[in-house]
Amino acid sequence: MTTRWFGERVERREDDRLLRGAGRFTDDFNEDALEACFVRSPYAHARILSIDARRARELPGVHAVYTAGDLPFGDRDLPLLIPHPALTNGRTQRCLAADTVRYAGEAVAFVVADNRYLAEDAADLVDVEYEPLPPVWPLEAAAEDPANTAAELTQQTGDVEGALEQAAHRRKLRFRYERGAAAPLEARATWARWDAADKRLTMYDSTQSPTSIRGGLAVLFGLPESSVEVIAPDVGGGFGPKIMLFYPDELLTPFAAMQLGRPVKWTEDRREHFTAVNHERAQVHDVEVGYDAQGRVVALDVDFVHDAGAYTPYGIILPIITAAQIPGPYRVPNYRVRFRDVLTNATPTSPYRGAGRPHACFVMERTLDAIARDLDLTRDEVRRRNLIQPDEFPYEVGVGWQDGNRAVYDSGNFPGLLEKALANLGPRPAGHHIGLGLGMYVEGTGVGPYEGAHVQVLVSGKVVASTAIPTQGQAHGTVFAQVVADQLGVSPDDVTITTGDTRRFQWGVGTFASRAAVVAGNAMAVAAGMVAEKAKRIAAEHLEVDPADLELAQGAVRVKGSPQKAMPLALLAVLSNPVRYAFGGGTEAATQFTPKPRAGPPLPAGEQPGLEATGYFSPTGSTWASGCHAAWVRVDPNTFRLQILRYVVVHDCGRVINPTVLEGQIQGGVAQGIGGAFYERLAYDADAQLRNASFMEFLMPYATEIPDVVIDHQETPSPLNPLGVKGAGEAGVIPVGAVIASAIEEALGVPITEMPLSPLRLFELTHAGSAGGAQT
Amino acid sequence: MRVNGIASPLPEDPRTLLSDHLRHQLRLTGTHVGCEHGVCGCCTVLLDGKPVRSCLLLAVQAADHDVTTIEGLAPDTAALHPIQQAFHEAHALQCGFCTPGFVLAVKGLLDEHPDPTDEQIQEGISGNLCRCTGYANIRKAVRLAAAAR
Amino acid sequence: MKPAPFEYHAPTSVDEAVRLLGMLEDAKVLAGGQSLVPLLNFRLARPAHVVDINGIPALDRIYERDGGVAVQALVRQSDAQRSELLQKLCPLVPEALKHVAHQVIRNRGTVVGSIAHADPAAELPAVILALQGSVRALGPGGTRDIPAESFFMGVLESALAPDELAVEVWFPAFTGPHGLREESRRHGDYAMAGVVRAGDRLALFGVAPTPVTADPNEPTRDLQPSADLEATPGFRKHLITAMTRELFAA
Repeated sequence: MTTRWFGERVERREDDRLLRGAGRFTDDFNEDALEACFVRSPYAHARILSIDARRARELPGVHAVYTAGDLPFGDRDLPLLIPHPALTNGRTQRCLAADTVRYAGEAVAFVVADNRYLAEDAADLVDVEYEPLPPVWPLEAAAEDPANTAAELTQQTGDVEGALEQAAHRRKLRFRYERGAAAPLEARATWARWDAADKRLTMYDSTQSPTSIRGGLAVLFGLPESSVEVIAPDVGGGFGPKIMLFYPDELLTPFAAMQLGRPVKWTEDRREHFTAVNHERAQVHDVEVGYDAQGRVVALDVDFVHDAGAYTPYGIILPIITAAQIPGPYRVPNYRVRFRDVLTNATPTSPYRGAGRPHACFVMERTLDAIARDLDLTRDEVRRRNLIQPDEFPYEVGVGWQDGNRAVYDSGNFPGLLEKALANLGPRPAGHHIGLGLGMYVEGTGVGPYEGAHVQVLVSGKVVASTAIPTQGQAHGTVFAQVVADQLGVSPDDVTITTGDTRRFQWGVGTFASRAAVVAGNAMAVAAGMVAEKAKRIAAEHLEVDPADLELAQGAVRVKGSPQKAMPLALLAVLSNPVRYAFGGGTEAATQFTPKPRAGPPLPAGEQPGLEATGYFSPTGSTWASGCHAAWVRVDPNTFRLQILRYVVVHDCGRVINPTVLEGQIQGGVAQGIGGAFYERLAYDADAQLRNASFMEFLMPYATEIPDVVIDHQETPSPLNPLGVKGAGEAGVIPVGAVIASAIEEALGVPITEMPLSPLRLFELTHAGSAGGAQT
Repeated sequence: MRVNGIASPLPEDPRTLLSDHLRHQLRLTGTHVGCEHGVCGCCTVLLDGKPVRSCLLLAVQAADHDVTTIEGLAPDTAALHPIQQAFHEAHALQCGFCTPGFVLAVKGLLDEHPDPTDEQIQEGISGNLCRCTGYANIRKAVRLAAAAR
Repeated sequence: MKPAPFEYHAPTSVDEAVRLLGMLEDAKVLAGGQSLVPLLNFRLARPAHVVDINGIPALDRIYERDGGVAVQALVRQSDAQRSELLQKLCPLVPEALKHVAHQVIRNRGTVVGSIAHADPAAELPAVILALQGSVRALGPGGTRDIPAESFFMGVLESALAPDELAVEVWFPAFTGPHGLREESRRHGDYAMAGVVRAGDRLALFGVAPTPVTADPNEPTRDLQPSADLEATPGFRKHLITAMTRELFAA
């Protein structure tokens, strides 16, 4: 196989339409669709006494107002996506709340009108009578009542009690991580059309998993899957929460379209996005660590609570990931981790870029910094002494992983990452109040179960390929084209990729868990490889050579060593079909090749017409990416402004398909991490009301807050897939909280045990005893 | 109102935001809506040549004014505008949702400062949010676009 | 997030605007709209009438009068920022404008609107207070000049009567030592706290229901700032002290 395009900085193939404003995002679809909006609960916890929609229904321009009682599926709980035996007290919400609301923002009614303006006018007229109930909030208080525990799980490897007793040093620590939000710039949206004559439902959905949405809708509406099409068109950022299914609109928009006989769309506004779309991150960890005189960890005992929010649609995947990822790149011979998944009256939680890992990394890295301080070691030295060595792979962590198997690292070179990062970071800058931030992480990526791809060479010689996973900006249209191009000996410019469209590819899982390049990328290689073999078989027959003597290059199949003996792929695409009625492309040339006289049918048994193939890739286990972030950060001792003087990332995601795309993912991830560490927070008050549901107060960083990141790579191929790749989408964000905390702790000389931080919080920490806590 | 040089109707309902009018009545969906309170910058268009938030303008206020949307920047389908080209070359976009707003904000910046300092670049793009790129490549794209002028 | 219905009026003269304001119940003046329209979109403001003054001709001048500079109601912040007259006679104003939101907002937002909106965390109200400028209001009874000291009444509350239109603001010429410091979470955000210096005069913003003047030697005396998500009273006072020291040392 040639690898000409793999590893190249191929320019993105999806840019032109996006730059011209010709991208197609879900809200861009129109067809005179009716527009919908929700009536949402203003209370975090309340009983619904009555809903009166009469005034709303009478408003001119209003087509329907649906409440739970109006829905044939109104009394069904939405699905629990990933059940687990430990999840004994899980619950999911109804499409529309009927008798109880459990978070502020929960959907109560759905209004459909001529346009969104009128829909909002009507929503104002829906009278809902509530009886407020005491909210279960905050997390620590909720955790005190066992009735709120949705799941509890304890895992252990080694003898933690014994090792702690014998450890030279022991230390107890407590860490707190608050909620965070993905906040993609395109909020969520759905657009649906019902073709009554054809009995065909079409939905555009900003989802990260159109195939799963399609499967669910088919069951709910009693349609064969072939009559339901779900397309994730251009999606304006996902970062996790768009994988959740189902959000109520994903049922209500198609339901309303079927009821009303008109296309219906719903586009979330920014205010409702803050409470209607899942959050993540809130955990509180109690840690006891035992370590020897050299600072080597001998035992780690972690007990943490995870804020599930009001419902558990995503099972307990987040705390399971956290539990598995706390040890990170470090050897922890005796490890015990217990968690409780705790129900609260706030927006449900599900994975957000990093998914359980930023908090895991924070716990381990902060613990190592504490050991370094205790023993007067440098921060890099304490890490050096604890890192798993390159000859220890595959390395078993000793606890379970999110795919149900054990967590086993496939490959890596952690000491290499650390030394490379320190070399890139350079010496401490001159000046006061400057701290070193250091954080290392591993990330289990590329989880199964599978993805597939379809690759076809057209009679023009151009290639089209598709996969079920959708795209939210990751340049799948470019990197998958590179993978296919290598297999077929063409240029990526000749390959057009379609993602997330069930009309083109109907089997698959979704875009999450840094799995697209690993699982769908390898599926692309498998399918394209099958097409290459088929092209060789056809060419071999006509050129009368052994297929093994053929290669694909420059858009043709040619004899190795005799490149003039070649047949263009366009021609082979024509020849692949026993019926040659097409015109243009390679068809004229194909008439030069009369079908070979052949015993048996024109289409041999087991062969399919067309130069195309469908292939799948199902990984045996996760690929484990890893990395090291290091930074010099200055903190103004008066204003507590942060100045990131230098930020270095060394990243290992196995073989790199496109360094430009990868660096973009990392820089963007770091920016999101900085936002989550120092600017953004979800400020809930004592009544479990979100106080800052706007971009005025939820402080996503602008360009002025984000530095250019210095990025370097290390390539340790994964042995678990043919391309040798590992996932990269989430890595940029994972250790940033730990890095910023570490740097600030050193710069200001106060212990940092919480995330996120702010100037106010730093003022309070450095002026302990001064009056007045933050409101909320 | 002239939109991309073409006389265009005004909405009947005066409360219609310019962003909605462009997107849903005129079907110019390249103008994106990310927050509807003037913070994210996705809806930036040029009003009489200057970048403004179209979610903070009533469409009726654009009567007798020139509105340029992203669709009007490079009418030639063969070539991108130099700013768009620079964004492409610098990998300054990922999902592309914020991109039209950034491109038009940069148009305003470079019209005023053809050879901007780093500080002017920061100021010029500091009113637009991007959640994907982390801004480094956007800064790079502005420098590239300035150099290409 | 769409505005609730309202009746839209587009007067073509200040007299017509004032007549409308006197006639209409529950009307809001729309100038730059950078503060009002977000409130409309959130439906936090639901006026029955919106009086859009943008169509009034000859209301966008910056001119010299009475030993200072007058800025009319439709002067955009970005134009004021570039004004040579302001740079020459009142350099504090363009300097302060650099801190007001972002360029794209300043292209539409007006100087007068920002002052009339009376947001206690905004820069321009503190600037006009520090400079001892005034606001010229036109009402049914004619024109009156309201000194900055008596213009700001409370949070988003000014001395303008419902039937009055702020037609211009006036800044006295001042080229002595001056400056503005503020701490905001992000570049362009409203300040957690800010200080403005005009000679020996000090005005504070973000720390009281209105901008307030203070003694540069004791800037936090009698100050009782409120708490919000980003700052406590203690932190606000801490910032005021630190920034005042820096500003007067400069």
